[in-house]
Amino acid sequence: MSLFSQILQFLLTGITIGTIYGMVALGFNIIYNATGIINFAQGEFVMLGGMFMVWFTTVLKIPMIAAFALSVIMVTLIGALFERLAIYPLKRPSVLILIMITLAGSIIMKGSAMLFWGKETYTLPHFSGEEPFYLFGATILPQTLWILGIMFVVVIILAGFFNFTMLGKAMRACAVNPTAASLVGISVKKMVLLSFALSAALGATAGIIITPVALMEYDRGAILALKGFAAAVLGGLGNGVGAVVAGLLIGILESLGAGLISSGYKDAIALLVLLLVLFVKPSGIFGVSEASKLKEF
Amino acid sequence: MLRLLNINTFYGEIHVLKNISLHIAEGEIVSLIGANGAGKTTLLNTISGIINARTGQIMYNNKDIARKSPDRVVKMGISQVPEGRQIFNPLTVLDNLKLGSYIRYRRDGSRKIQRDIEEMFTLFPILQERQNQLAGTLSGGEQQMLAIGRALMSRPRILLLDEPSMGLAPLVVTEIFKTVARLREMSKTTIFLVEQNARAALKLSDRGYVMETGKIMFEGNARDLLENREVQRAYLGKEKKPIWE
Ligand SMILES: Nc1ncnc2c1ncn2[C@@H]1O[C@H](COP(=O)(O)OP(=O)(O)OP(=O)(O)O)[C@@H](O)[C@H]1O
Ligand SMILES: [Mg+2]
Repeated sequence: MSLFSQILQFLLTGITIGTIYGMVALGFNIIYNATGIINFAQGEFVMLGGMFMVWFTTVLKIPMIAAFALSVIMVTLIGALFERLAIYPLKRPSVLILIMITLAGSIIMKGSAMLFWGKETYTLPHFSGEEPFYLFGATILPQTLWILGIMFVVVIILAGFFNFTMLGKAMRACAVNPTAASLVGISVKKMVLLSFALSAALGATAGIIITPVALMEYDRGAILALKGFAAAVLGGLGNGVGAVVAGLLIGILESLGAGLISSGYKDAIALLVLLLVLFVKPSGIFGVSEASKLKEF
Repeated sequence: MLRLLNINTFYGEIHVLKNISLHIAEGEIVSLIGANGAGKTTLLNTISGIINARTGQIMYNNKDIARKSPDRVVKMGISQVPEGRQIFNPLTVLDNLKLGSYIRYRRDGSRKIQRDIEEMFTLFPILQERQNQLAGTLSGGEQQMLAIGRALMSRPRILLLDEPSMGLAPLVVTEIFKTVARLREMSKTTIFLVEQNARAALKLSDRGYVMETGKIMFEGNARDLLENREVQRAYLGKEKKPIWE
């Protein structure tokens, strides 16, 4: 393989995995915007999405499309339940307490997944076969196209939701000024619940589409959350476009780093990016520094 | 219509509202005046449910709403124009107005909402010109109009206004006060107006309350308050003491 096609291959792999980081970062942002909370359980939603999908299709033999929907619904319910049990009852919690709670939530979700599905690594059939395409000597799996396509659709739906529906605008209003939002009759607590449900659904979707190529096991959540968080910070916390672009960027850097340097450094790259951003420009590449000063992080 | 009975509100251990009782009848314009830090905003926020009173009752059409959440209070017909406007800066003027109708857009449908938005544009023509602009880019006066428009979009029975004149040029203040007076005539909205601009507020009002460090010090007809010596001295800037006193 020529160097060119090799690099192209790394780029493609990077974009694929970067898409998932971008979706996790979007999940972080949705909750962060509505509540100011960094939900460290975000990665668990991805893991649960993949695990439920495997369980529904291989154990319960439910057809793929129905299993997709069911998995998203299950994880959405778990996200909503998590908010109701762990976040909703708190009165004026401090940021530190909220971090502890979402961390605890992630540990519980991980533990439950282990009890239920064991420690094995699961796989899932690709959505439409594994016959690759070739592009300038690089191979593209059909699943890659599925991942990109679904990401694209999800981003369009989210953009439409936040810009053109009353509910979406209400969520944005809540993010801008919760007190003023409550003064026009928006129930802030409902918006918080909705943000957790939406984030969980997004995470689940990412988990389902990535499992055929990346496999899934009970303890995958933490590393996905870390990389998604790095992407969210790099893109500027709360910034939707930033999240997607930064996710792709981290995915590409990681894939190039693994391919050209050593795959041992793969996971360190996201962390390195995170630290660099925090040192150099804490508001992220797309962030406005004023906005980041006003928020609690 | 609205009656507060012995309301006590605290921030932590700080006692801010001390046994406040007042009432507002249907169709009235009532103003509340008082110096900085008297507790006026706290009083409005207690009515709106943003802060809960520790003791006391807020009777609204014979129901105690003292522990209701802010969104419930809006749904019951009490809408607040908060201090410092607090419009949604990154959203357009039109979206701000639409969000004002949040509690009723499902029930009333977009046709009715559209008609009410037109009505707001008649009330504040500048908002129509600026409808697709981001709200944060409006001037202070325009933002105040938008904040009032947004609150009216819920079709409230009572409108609570927190210092609508704050930081605005005299001409704009006059315009806003005129609009407030027109509101009552047009839509029979009851108005509770918090102001530091005491004279203008009282001139517009039927009755008034004067608040000092969390207590109601004076109450009465707006005209009587305007003529009350002590009110004049403290709030209307009439320092001249007649010599024969
Ligand atoms: N969130 C808060 N936490 C603690 N104390 C507060 C809070 N908000 C207001 N206070 C205090 O309560 C008192 C009353 O404040 P409030 O804002 O109600 O006054 P105000 O009459 O509206 O003043 P202004 O005319 O300046 O708006 C002040 O002493 C203020 O410091
Ligand atoms: Mg005030």
